[in-house]
Amino acid sequence: MTTSESTLAVKIWKGGAEGRLAEYAVPARANQTVLDVVTWIQRHRDPSLAYRFACRVGMCGSCAMTVNGRPRWTCRTHVSKVAKAGRMTIEPLRNLPVIKDLACDMTAFFEKWQAAKGRFEGRETRSAPIPQIDPASPGRLAASAAIECINCAVCYAACDVVAWKPDYLGPAALNRAWTLQNDERDGAQKTRLSTVAGDAGCHNCHSQQGCSAHCPVGLNPTASIAGLKRQVFKAALRGEV
Amino acid sequence: MTSARLYLLQRLSAMVLAPLVLLHLVVIVYAVQDGLSASEILSRTRGNLAWTAIYGVFVLAAAVHGAIGLRSIAGEVLGWTKGRLDALMYGIALLLIVLGWRAVAAVTL
Repeated sequence: MTTSESTLAVKIWKGGAEGRLAEYAVPARANQTVLDVVTWIQRHRDPSLAYRFACRVGMCGSCAMTVNGRPRWTCRTHVSKVAKAGRMTIEPLRNLPVIKDLACDMTAFFEKWQAAKGRFEGRETRSAPIPQIDPASPGRLAASAAIECINCAVCYAACDVVAWKPDYLGPAALNRAWTLQNDERDGAQKTRLSTVAGDAGCHNCHSQQGCSAHCPVGLNPTASIAGLKRQVFKAALRGEV
Repeated sequence: MTSARLYLLQRLSAMVLAPLVLLHLVVIVYAVQDGLSASEILSRTRGNLAWTAIYGVFVLAAAVHGAIGLRSIAGEVLGWTKGRLDALMYGIALLLIVLGWRAVAAVTL
């Protein structure tokens, strides 16, 4: 398919685990995101195209896809940034089962958040006074640096260790665990540390930093996992894990 | 052994290995640059229990570190079960310790 200045040649994955790349000519616009392109194809060329999005402003984490081989949030990725000579290949995220076309089954990703004890466990009852947390305390600073995850699974798709070892909890779940390990109000830190020190836990990370390189909101899950490793190291020296 | 213990042992053995590897390289360069023959080297190392201790610890740390590292690689590449990985790890560690200490004894005792 030839491309001109006003046309993009876009290949999109059609099918499930088995499938093919379908090619479409899409009108190029001066200001256009990858999600705009996918939406245009669904509305004008292939109504059966399955994909997922919600907010379109980089908050919900629904629209992540693989664009020209890299995982990205498509609603905030401009075509001008990623298209090569007017060409783009859009595929579903890696490391997750494909339901159809560009929509993945996120079940394993979210189950791992639970498996990593990514749920806040309050120390106090709701009738206790609200604890005063110093915003400049080291724990709060560490938690705040990692807290803005939008659950898009871009890091999970970028992680080679998840590809090699499907049981691995992955960067997002461990990053979430790290924020809670630094939350003074949380009362499950010992059990959470034992969990993230397990066979599927933080020690699998190679510090390769694919997660940090691709995180659309600029978080550094590798640093969070390194923090968990330090906590486990100290706990192991004390014989606690 | 738990993942946390394996991680702890690998980091601790790395801390031991780091200065010993540097020392080992210095010794190699020293011996080669001075053009020492095998018999000259052996005359310096034989009966010197300091070399026995240093290289004995070196072998132990390398066996622990290498075996744990290979266990991780085998887990990712081959997808083996925990039992098989542990057997591989203990086997490699034992082999390296036996061969290494045998060599240390031959050179320093």
